[in-house]
Amino acid sequence: MSSRPLLFLLCGVVFGAGLALSGMTDPAKVVGFLDFFGHWDPRLTATMGGAVAVAALGQWLVRRRGRALLCAEPLGTPSSRIDARLLAGSVIFGAGWGLAGLCPAPALAVSVQHPVALLFVAGFVAGLLGVARLGGRG
Amino acid sequence: MIVALSVADWSLALAGGALIGLAAAGLMLTFGRVAGVSGLVRNALSGRIEAIAFVLGLPLGALLIRGLTGGGAGVAFASPGRLALAGLLVGIGAGLANGCTSGHSVCGIARLSPRSLVATMLFIAAGAGMVALVGVPAP
Repeated sequence: MSSRPLLFLLCGVVFGAGLALSGMTDPAKVVGFLDFFGHWDPRLTATMGGAVAVAALGQWLVRRRGRALLCAEPLGTPSSRIDARLLAGSVIFGAGWGLAGLCPAPALAVSVQHPVALLFVAGFVAGLLGVARLGGRG
Repeated sequence: MIVALSVADWSLALAGGALIGLAAAGLMLTFGRVAGVSGLVRNALSGRIEAIAFVLGLPLGALLIRGLTGGGAGVAFASPGRLALAGLLVGIGAGLANGCTSGHSVCGIARLSPRSLVATMLFIAAGAGMVALVGVPAP
């Protein structure tokens, strides 16, 4: 059981390395990716494609096996409901993403090199906790 | 107009994506957990050690890449007010949609969840709308 936090740390390190290597931690590249009507920078399509392809392989392996390697519980089934809450939340999320060219993981990843990103993280935490307090989850 | 990219640009973007996918696959294979950063941040704030470990790993990984490649110095950010407002919107949105770019756009799409596909299309559409509206952030 003691290996559990260590494996989470390792996954966080690999995740953060991927964000930095791909350019997701550079707001200009993210804004460029969203700038369809100006100078579109398509490189993050490769990032998303690569991430989804490798994650899908992991997903396929664990589904075929029926349960995870280090966890006895059966796999959960995430919600599949498409409702107004999901639609509104996704639009609000996208608006914030385009406004600063940051989403949660890249903001956390660059926050040590560029502490100004902590302003984004603070707003993010306030919004996340605010929704949890007011409306609970899904 | 599309920005011209070199083979190196594409390779880095793809390799970085593969690492993100590897981390997501790692959490799924070992513990059956979705690498959704919003959910992990929420758990970290309520004191879950494993989630705190993951969140701390993110800047460590970014520092590692900076140490290896020397890049990341000339990165510009939006103004402080704009950063805080953007973070607030992203937090409210991720709270309502129960996930962000990692949970929906990587893990969700990887298991072909229609819910995550819809969320991702709206993330990108609203993000593109915002960029068209307010333009590229001035540092």
